[in-house]
Amino acid sequence: MNYERILSKTVQDIPPSGIRRFFDIVAEMKDAISLGVGEPDFVTPWNICEAAMYSLERGQTHYSSNWGDLGLRRAIAEYMRERFKVEYDPADEVLVTVGASEGIDLALRALLESGDEVLIPDPSYVSYSPCVALAGGKAIPLKTGIEHDFRLRPEALKEALSPRTKALVLPYPNNPTGAVMEREDLEKLAEVLRGTDVMVISDEIYAELCYGGHKHVSFASLPGMRERTITLNGFSKAFAMTGWRLGFLCAPRELAKCICKIHQYTILCAPMQGQAAAREALLSGRENDYAAITHMRNVYDRRRRLLVNAFREMGLDCFEPYGAFYVFPSIQTLDMSSETFCERLLREERVATVPGTAFGPSGEGFVRCSYATATDKVQEAARRIARFVERHRGGK
Amino acid sequence: MTLSQLELQILDILTEDARTPHGQMANMLGVSEGEVSTAVERLEQEGVLVGYPALVNWEKTPREDVKAVIEVRVTPQRDMGFDAIAERIYRFEEVKAVYLMSGAYDLMLEVQADSMKKLASFVSQRLATIEHVLSTATHFVLKKYKVDGIILEEKQTDDRLAVSP
Repeated sequence: MNYERILSKTVQDIPPSGIRRFFDIVAEMKDAISLGVGEPDFVTPWNICEAAMYSLERGQTHYSSNWGDLGLRRAIAEYMRERFKVEYDPADEVLVTVGASEGIDLALRALLESGDEVLIPDPSYVSYSPCVALAGGKAIPLKTGIEHDFRLRPEALKEALSPRTKALVLPYPNNPTGAVMEREDLEKLAEVLRGTDVMVISDEIYAELCYGGHKHVSFASLPGMRERTITLNGFSKAFAMTGWRLGFLCAPRELAKCICKIHQYTILCAPMQGQAAAREALLSGRENDYAAITHMRNVYDRRRRLLVNAFREMGLDCFEPYGAFYVFPSIQTLDMSSETFCERLLREERVATVPGTAFGPSGEGFVRCSYATATDKVQEAARRIARFVERHRGGK
Repeated sequence: MTLSQLELQILDILTEDARTPHGQMANMLGVSEGEVSTAVERLEQEGVLVGYPALVNWEKTPREDVKAVIEVRVTPQRDMGFDAIAERIYRFEEVKAVYLMSGAYDLMLEVQADSMKKLASFVSQRLATIEHVLSTATHFVLKKYKVDGIILEEKQTDDRLAVSP
């Protein structure tokens, strides 16, 4: 059979993942250290795991409501109000999803008509553009750069707006750059958007992981922005629950109801055990002032400083990333592409990193290094990278 | 004694790895090495940081290691309460920990010796014979799973995908 003729052109046109190759090389190596991992190295706190086990014992093995368990949705609404100052009605404005990833897909499918444009800061997480394409839209990258600490500038947004612009994806704190947006930065974007019909898909999955006195500001909490914002968040990063696949989407009622239709006919509901675990995460968090998050954030913060300092000592330009768990140093002084840098670093020093270009063309000249790895490994990796940089400085 | 944020963070790091060099802590916390050293000195002087012993899993070594938890009931002494008797007990090398407890007995000891016989003789000849000790109940430790927050048999495995977006 000629599958090329049979398979959807849209799907065939989606480029292969930029990290697959590295994954294959690391898999063959024995003592490689990976700074290429996009998930916490902590395991889920035990009380959260236990809640899932109890839910099995209680026989909670059935579907929940399409929207998700009401107790969990109430806890989410409470959490969003307390932590991020946004109000959502648990009845029909909070949707429990299979990771924030599902939320991205749902939001885009609910909004896009064929040919609609979606603005996406570049570099950004790998899913947005493919999901836009699958929903029939057109992804428009908005270049961000080290000169502005990889923040999205209002000028860039304004310039990219067209009559076909349907939505802006706002992925901060950002993967892969670690950039955060301050309230003033967001207000300037809001100013550009006021009076337009452009929607905002705010992916706030790293909201709890901000450092150095920075506090995440939810875009929907800005005056007048709630009505145009779909907020995505989840449990993976804040509570070290990636494998549970549990996230949530918050949006104004009419929007959320429409979005829930897609969820209802594709997913039906998020897994029940994950929902029980997520509920425990929020309830216990509320009781102990989110001690688990604070602990993890402190540990990440220390490794973050270690890694940023290490890159600066190597003489690499490295802006201070205040969010997520990535450092995004520039390797432009080394006269090799990001891709070459990562491949040679891996083969010569057995340290896995991810080329910035895996996250978009503006990532060229940069490398994503995750510090969601044990402190001693982060340090050893830094020593190996320093050796590599020293050897290759001056294009040798 | 009130602790600064810096001191709390230092304690947090040292309880995880007491070998962490001051320079590295300074790096991790965004302060100078001198500030870390000053903070550590103060913590030591104030008796907050009292030691840096290694946590050894003796079961993995040829050395015999017998451990028991002993409940002790005593008669408290006028003016001294339990302190004097506790001191009489904690001076013994075999006694690794002494706690004053609420509930059915008064002191709980953790006692260590290199054979069951030696431990038994310590209890019958040294401990039980101390004046004011009314009774003892010895519980031998059969297996240690977790000590001071560290799971002894746990293998450090990282089963995450080596590279993920």
